[in-house]
Amino acid sequence: MSVKVMIPTPLRIYAGKRDSAEFSAATVGEALGGLTTQFAELRKHLYTEDGKLRAFVNVYLNDEDIRYLAKENTPTKDGDTISIIPSIAGGSSEKR
Amino acid sequence: MTAFNPITAREDASSVGLRKTRRAGQSVLELIGNTPLLRLSRIGSAFPNVEFFAKAEWFNPGGSVKDRPALHMIQAGLASGRLCSGKTIIDATSGNTGIAYAMIGAALGYRVKLCLPDSASHERKRILGALGAELVITSGDEGTDGAIRRVHEIVAAEPDEYFYPDQYSNPANWQAHYGTTANEIWEQTGGSITHFVAALGTSGTFVGASRRLKELNPSIRCISLQPDAAFHGLEGWKHMQTALRPAIYDDTIADANLEVGTEESYRMVKRIAREEGLLVSPSAAAALLGCFHAAKRVGPHERAVMVTVFADSASKYLTERFWEEE
Repeated sequence: MSVKVMIPTPLRIYAGKRDSAEFSAATVGEALGGLTTQFAELRKHLYTEDGKLRAFVNVYLNDEDIRYLAKENTPTKDGDTISIIPSIAGGSSEKR
Repeated sequence: MTAFNPITAREDASSVGLRKTRRAGQSVLELIGNTPLLRLSRIGSAFPNVEFFAKAEWFNPGGSVKDRPALHMIQAGLASGRLCSGKTIIDATSGNTGIAYAMIGAALGYRVKLCLPDSASHERKRILGALGAELVITSGDEGTDGAIRRVHEIVAAEPDEYFYPDQYSNPANWQAHYGTTANEIWEQTGGSITHFVAALGTSGTFVGASRRLKELNPSIRCISLQPDAAFHGLEGWKHMQTALRPAIYDDTIADANLEVGTEESYRMVKRIAREEGLLVSPSAAAALLGCFHAAKRVGPHERAVMVTVFADSASKYLTERFWEEE
């Protein structure tokens, strides 16, 4: 099963400048695990030292916040898209 | 500056009122600015030689510091003729600037169109919609970049229909703080301010207030703050090394530039609530942390009056996860 993870602009420098990556994963947690294994530098930006998602990191499966699903155990299906979005709503103009 | 005395303060309150009663007949726009300068008397007790003050910017009618630049940019647009009757104010923001545009646009009778990513919170969309702004929702995956691109497309297609303030490059942004925030701080501290500490986002607050304060007293130290990483949770803050540099940013003003982390700011939100009785946003808490970092550099025999800006209250951040954690 292939799941696409969208990489937010400020994190692309730690992911070979890619805007997305695909992983074979049965859950959101597995897909994020694949991401942070392939791009190890991303890990400290997404997780705390004790392995929890940082409090401002919101993860969406398609359009649903995984907080309201089964969090990182949320099952994924082929073709799903996972988005990582920092919980800041304000305007910004990050370098692309 | 005398210390706050809760007993005499009560007498003062009964005789003159804690906040002067405002005359009737004001418009919401007249309530922008002249915010209280709060003395944080308990939380900074680790630094006995430093007095900490914060501008309580949630007292602005739109709930944040952004009312000031939004009003000033719109007034400057009206003065220059770039904004005139029938035009629509447009920008890409789901944050406080968007709320300020929507409020001011409603009060002045101008249409407001805001492009924002689908990922913006439900609460924000509700506030903006309630104030009558037209929302153009762009893809959440593209974040604010996608929203900014959409504004450019809309304006390019019908340039005569829109006024695009563009807070990142509009000098009226920093001039708002030059003309109001800095002078208020100067008056409210009786000219005793020694340090001004503020975050960089558009950089308008820091650049504008610092320019004016250094004119009033060149020995005031002005310290800018940034998030400690490109990926952070401090709304409105910008990591200048990795972000597109706002045209109005002037990196020659700051005497020092300090970094603040998101998680330590979340912890500070809770401390400020419990020790000062103030429910402030993570970015406001980060500003106070920045003050503490700066206070460590104040010599033991030096006295400092340190002023920062609390951009908004906690009210728009109550559903964030950090309240439940730790």
